[in-house]
Amino acid sequence: MKWLAVPILLVFMALMIYAETGLAERLDPRAPASVYVSPDYIARTVHDTKTPNIVTSVLADYRGYDTLGETTVIFTAGLSVILILTKGRSND
Amino acid sequence: MIERHESVVVEVVSQAMVPLIQVFALYVITHGHYGPGGGFQGGVILAVSVILPRLSLGRSHSDRLFSPVLATWLAAIGMLIYVLAGLVPLLLGAEFLNYGYLPVPGVSGAALRSTGILIVELGIGLSVCGTMVTIFDWLTRSEP
Repeated sequence: MKWLAVPILLVFMALMIYAETGLAERLDPRAPASVYVSPDYIARTVHDTKTPNIVTSVLADYRGYDTLGETTVIFTAGLSVILILTKGRSND
Repeated sequence: MIERHESVVVEVVSQAMVPLIQVFALYVITHGHYGPGGGFQGGVILAVSVILPRLSLGRSHSDRLFSPVLATWLAAIGMLIYVLAGLVPLLLGAEFLNYGYLPVPGVSGAALRSTGILIVELGIGLSVCGTMVTIFDWLTRSEP
């Protein structure tokens, strides 16, 4: 049963190598990731948010919903530590 | 539990470091607009300024300076600031997290969105700081 993982991994590796051939070239300005909204963010950041650091304006403004989720993850991690380490009533 | 290290030098130097670390943490949080930094990084540095006395002064003394309950409250308050920064524009007729509609007097337009980013970064910083201190406190408790 343990050896079943090897062919699965090999198939997955072949799939990844096949998918890699379809990726855009590194630093290609016409790659899909570089032509959709990224130029818009770069061009409009200072005008929209008066924030020279594009990373911050994307992180907290354009993608603020994502950062809200990240903060929730960290907060949940802290609460989980409290819940796990509290010796309360046992269930059984 | 992590034991206190009995040394006058360690105590004095660590206490002298705390305000410097806190100022640097505030700098990192508020400088995120213009360079590397932001709420996550600054929050961790702020947490270090609480954890350092925990290590050098012993828990019984440092818990009175900054109680473990306060840390959890800080984390919750930080989250609340962030969620309110999203909900208030929603209630005022704009989209969720649209900082351009935050009711901050004196600023408007792009400057208001910059202020909104600052508010959110402060919320993230408080939340991250509180969470880090909470995790440290509960992992190093003496009595389970």
